[in-house]
Amino acid sequence: MVRSPALRRFLHHPWVLGVLGILMVFVVWFLTTSSGMVDKLFLPGPGAVWQAGTDQFQQGILVKDAIASIQRVFLGFVISAGLALPIGIAMGTNLTICYLLEPLMGLIRYMPAPAFIPLLIIYFGLEELPKVMLIFIGTFFFNTLMIMDAVKFVPSELVETALTLGGRGLPILTRVVAPFIAPQVLDTYRINMASAWNLVIVAELVAANEGLGKRISLAQRFLRTDEIFVGLIVIGLIGLIIDLGFRFLMRRACSWAN
Amino acid sequence: MHLQVSNVSKSFGEGRDRKLVLEDISFELVSGQFMALVGSSGSGKSTVMRLIAGLERPSAGTIHLDGEQVRRPGSDRGMVFQKYSLYPWLTAAQNVAFGLSLQGRGKAEIRERTAYFLDVVGLADAARLLPRELSGGMQQRVAIARALATEPKVLLLDEPFGALDLQIRESMQEFLHDLWKTTGLTALLITHDIEEALLLAGTVHIMAPRPGRIVHTVSVQLDRSDLRHLRVSQPFLELREELAGRLRSLDGSLL
Ligand SMILES: Nc1ncnc2c1ncn2[C@@H]1O[C@H](COP(=O)(O)OP(=O)(O)OP(=O)(O)O)[C@@H](O)[C@H]1O
Ligand SMILES: [Mg+2]
Repeated sequence: MVRSPALRRFLHHPWVLGVLGILMVFVVWFLTTSSGMVDKLFLPGPGAVWQAGTDQFQQGILVKDAIASIQRVFLGFVISAGLALPIGIAMGTNLTICYLLEPLMGLIRYMPAPAFIPLLIIYFGLEELPKVMLIFIGTFFFNTLMIMDAVKFVPSELVETALTLGGRGLPILTRVVAPFIAPQVLDTYRINMASAWNLVIVAELVAANEGLGKRISLAQRFLRTDEIFVGLIVIGLIGLIIDLGFRFLMRRACSWAN
Repeated sequence: MHLQVSNVSKSFGEGRDRKLVLEDISFELVSGQFMALVGSSGSGKSTVMRLIAGLERPSAGTIHLDGEQVRRPGSDRGMVFQKYSLYPWLTAAQNVAFGLSLQGRGKAEIRERTAYFLDVVGLADAARLLPRELSGGMQQRVAIARALATEPKVLLLDEPFGALDLQIRESMQEFLHDLWKTTGLTALLITHDIEEALLLAGTVHIMAPRPGRIVHTVSVQLDRSDLRHLRVSQPFLELREELAGRLRSLDGSLL
């Protein structure tokens, strides 16, 4: 179909194709809404959503909400990631610790984190703590078990070589195990960050004063579908940016692994 | 340097699963010697090496290095594995420097020694390359340089060329022979290739499996001035055939 090889190469570039996929949805969205087939209250057009978005932005609500949500995710996830790293490494290197904790974590991991929300509200009220805790509960066990697995896959030759070169104890962890698992750890964080981001929205839908999730549930009360769409799109965009950030970090810090 | 392996046995597992892997292994290795252990798969060659390296403890018997009993791994026994042993995130030079920096040597000393040993293995130009950018043969040369850099008393080589294809293997054998001649290192080489053992080692122990034991020892006296010539010379081929026959009969008697 496409004759020119240069054009063809351009069209096959992953970024171009990706943008094309998104554009397609926008076009369909635009056509259905502008044809007048659906009630604007149900499905606002792209223009209306853009308008609602810029309104929220100008009032400062959008930035405030985004910051509130990002803060919660960041806090909960940093605690989760920071604790998962040493515990995961300990489980991966020490069989006793592994046998002790793996069944427990394997069990809790399968309890859906949102199911903890009522309990967390009873215990910690409606402030920040329960939301941060939720993100912690929802990601800590996955983080730990995935880091443990990464440690178990460190080739024994690498550790044994360090031993025969005179290495012992902590330097083996910091200079052999840690660099080897670094790419997997970053990838683990990237994957579980997605669920942290999902969870904060869920928590805010249930109870919060501000945040992107809170804004969506408010919009529902006033039937402002345009604002719901703004919320959804912003949530998606921030998630995408975080994901790309992790990928970028991985490419910079662990270029040897590609 | 004097390595003494005395009546070493090793079994793995407990109770009913207990399996005797090595039975009553004894030999000695002295400075400048090049020794090889040859045997079929599962005859316990790697286990012998791991015991000497201190990565495993013998179930019975003792291993002494210069009069001191081996109890744990240490940099006086350098080890080269068959594969996967370079640190993939470090360059060739950083890999060679790894042991030195683990030992906390000074920066200048590390730099100097790293350059020296990279040069010894002929890889001065590859200093900045990552392992994945090196061929299999080059990777093993880096691994050898890394083991040599901490100046071990004995170099333990566990099928170091086993994963390489034939041509590279032959040139690596010549490389190792030259290295031994020029540096005067002491080496224990594990291989299941009789030709490789005869080409390089002054003493060759033949091992039989189930349980692993030394069944035959040859002291090899051959003119090693030209390995390529030696490979196809009559006495070499005869010796090789004789040992191959022994190995075959060992395997045959077990079937
Ligand atoms: N950690 C271990 N636990 C249980 N059995 C082991 C262990 N290490 C080795 N063995 C057993 O000991 C026997 C000898 O193994 P070893 O690796 O020493 O043989 P090898 O001569 O080096 O063989 P190959 O030529 O295949 O490398 C094998 O049957 C192996 O299954
Ligand atoms: Mg082996």
